Amino acid sequence: MEFLGYFGGVFEPISFLLLLGGTIGGLILGATPGLSPTMAVALLIPFTFHLQPAQGLILLGAAYTSTVAGGAVSAILLKIPGAPANIATSLDGNAMAKRGEGARALHLSFLASGVGGVIGVLLLIFMTPILAQWALAFSYSHLFWMAILGVTVIGSLDSKSFVKGLLSGCIGLWLSMIGFDDNLGAQRFIFVDALAGGIHIIPALIGLFAIPQVMEMFSKGRENAAIEALDVPKQSLIASIRELSRSIRSLSIGTIFGSIIGIIPGVGGQIAGLVAYDQARKFSPHKDKFGKGHPEGIIAAESANNAMVGPSLVPLLTLSIPGSPTAAVLLGGLIIHGIFPGSDLFDNHPRVAWTFINSMLIGQILMVVFGIYTATWAARIARAPVPIMAAAVMVLATFGSYSVQQSMGDVYIMLGLGVGMFFLEKFGFSAAPLVLGLILGPIAESNFTTGSLIAQAQDGPLIYFMTGPLNMFLIFLVLASIGYSFWSNMLHNRAAGKAGAGS
Amino acid sequence: MNKLLKTMVMGVAGLAMTATAALAGEYPDRPIGVAVSYGAGGATDFQARIVTMVAGNEDILGQPIYIVNKPGAGGRVGWNWFATEADADGYTLSAYNIPHFVAQSIKGGVQYSADSFEPIANWGADPAVVVVGKDSKFSTIQDLVDYARDNPGKATLSGAGLFVGHHIAALQIEKATEAKFAYIPTKGGGAAAMKAVIAGDVVAGINNLSDAFRAREAGNVKILAVADLERNAEFLPDVPTLLEAGYDVDDSSVNFRGLMVKKGTPQEVIDTLAAKVPEMFAHARVAKRMKAGGSPMKIMTRAEVQAMWAEREKFLAELLKGL
Repeated sequence: MEFLGYFGGVFEPISFLLLLGGTIGGLILGATPGLSPTMAVALLIPFTFHLQPAQGLILLGAAYTSTVAGGAVSAILLKIPGAPANIATSLDGNAMAKRGEGARALHLSFLASGVGGVIGVLLLIFMTPILAQWALAFSYSHLFWMAILGVTVIGSLDSKSFVKGLLSGCIGLWLSMIGFDDNLGAQRFIFVDALAGGIHIIPALIGLFAIPQVMEMFSKGRENAAIEALDVPKQSLIASIRELSRSIRSLSIGTIFGSIIGIIPGVGGQIAGLVAYDQARKFSPHKDKFGKGHPEGIIAAESANNAMVGPSLVPLLTLSIPGSPTAAVLLGGLIIHGIFPGSDLFDNHPRVAWTFINSMLIGQILMVVFGIYTATWAARIARAPVPIMAAAVMVLATFGSYSVQQSMGDVYIMLGLGVGMFFLEKFGFSAAPLVLGLILGPIAESNFTTGSLIAQAQDGPLIYFMTGPLNMFLIFLVLASIGYSFWSNMLHNRAAGKAGAGS
Repeated sequence: MNKLLKTMVMGVAGLAMTATAALAGEYPDRPIGVAVSYGAGGATDFQARIVTMVAGNEDILGQPIYIVNKPGAGGRVGWNWFATEADADGYTLSAYNIPHFVAQSIKGGVQYSADSFEPIANWGADPAVVVVGKDSKFSTIQDLVDYARDNPGKATLSGAGLFVGHHIAALQIEKATEAKFAYIPTKGGGAAAMKAVIAGDVVAGINNLSDAFRAREAGNVKILAVADLERNAEFLPDVPTLLEAGYDVDDSSVNFRGLMVKKGTPQEVIDTLAAKVPEMFAHARVAKRMKAGGSPMKIMTRAEVQAMWAEREKFLAELLKGL
């Protein structure tokens, strides 16, 4: 309960102003395509030079929390996921926005983020010593199996056809191989210089999700020049809260998966949302509604990606190991002030540590308040005439892709992938499994290579990868997941066959 | 109408002239970018952000410096980009890491060599150290070397990648001790290599002095030796050098960090930068922040860096021959 004593620090005038500024600024940065939470936090670091350590961390912590949630805004309204964390949000969120339910989708997204986020930070406060051991338990072989577990859900994610889902996953895995191999430096599929660095995930996300949509809009815009404006009904907050409380199942699945995955260094944030989304769908009695604008999809995805924020800081704060790129940037923000995470932080600078953690707790709540407040007018974006909307999305997509590394190469990659995806979508493929392949490929590959090198020095790959309780457990999950996919696919086919015979 | 057109043409011409005048005049007249070949949050990125923070002061460059991250493949992506695509106009600089880029260019497969770049100044020198987990059975470097001699190929050593300072140190240690280690390059830089040591995934690891110092402060590792000519009096006065321990490993793996421009940059721009950048590194506020972060500084002028580059290139060509 030590943290309660330090709540005062959060409410000092300057600290609270910074918290407010960080939250609002974070929401705006998060909603800007191309600005991932990592970039947003890195951009803010110079501002902390002139602040006291605790104040600087308040700013960074608030920005981290709210950029993750802010990413949902562009994912829902424009179908441009701000960061990998928001991919799953765009699947149902954008479908809802297109129906004119943008405000409802945003409300649910912020409320779910808030619930997941608060629980995540509470886990950080109360469970840190236990979670730290848990984070260290994951070695290369386990991370490899985790990635494979992720691969097994590819087939069932947001696709009408299991086989097409797997195929797009394979395309994603192939795309992830392009560029220098990170472990050994081998060059693969580099035909132009822009590809040497591989396909950066942010431009790929923007291209795969936003561009097919823009092309769709342009092709429609000609025949239907009359404004296809949507009415955006007002959404009452009470109704949103009531709806959230009815979706306890998705909310808890999201929060649980988000927190567990968040702890694991190196995997964390990128896949938490997608895995939680997939699980929520599997456990739902309304499987068919997912992907077509089902609120539970948003709730699962957003509660997961914010629940991940707290636990993802556990390895950083206790062991000084940054578990995610954003945590690495936060580490920089700490050591700039001469504070080293680890026992030093909690023993010698408890005020800094707890003020930081408390500010994330308060930040989650402020984020919900501001998010809800702006949701109604933000949702009016959906009323913009289609041609204007298409142009605006195009501008944002170009700007977002360029800003990641200030490279035109990324813009071309974004456009190329986008045009390719437009045609793939015409044949019933979808972008989500492709992106999952793109994210999981490097995780699986690099952990396998590093693991194999270690295995050679020990007892050989078979023993290294296949023995030990955690390996066995993960392999069991992989097999169960594959089995479930086949089983449900068979049931589905049989049902479809019967329906076909009956009609 | 004609008159209007004339005025406009003259206006545009006037603007163009002012622009040329500005171009010929004071360098720099707009913000300067520094490409860092490693991700945000890594040691190079973090230090680059600190050492450039006073660039905007009137007595330094008078223009701010901003950081652009171009990570990938141990730095190859960023330096390839810098050598092939960046403008040689003094508004795009890059951070260098020695011995990384020199070793990579010797191994081939990249589009740069030491001749593609012109050094400006050096800000830091981060020696490689040998670390083991806090509960490891090894307490001295001799213990570890003895283990490696008794179990050839079983002593795993994590490090930040292939042909970076850590790898060079591992190669030198193998050569000097005649023991066979298994070097494990990790994806995710020094932080991932350190995690492997703390979690016990590997027997020992090579890491940066600055990161190892912090990990030891946090109570996670023991530092067995430092690969430098002298002990580090500021941060690790109690840790012996490998030379003291009787192994012939010099300071060739020390990770030097500094700023460079592309070859072909106008000489007067290089001269301005070479005069001003060391001043920027030596600024009191920079020194304070660097010390707080446990990052050892070593400021070297352009001439000194040129000599150091040439010497490292010769040494690495010898070491990497036959690999």
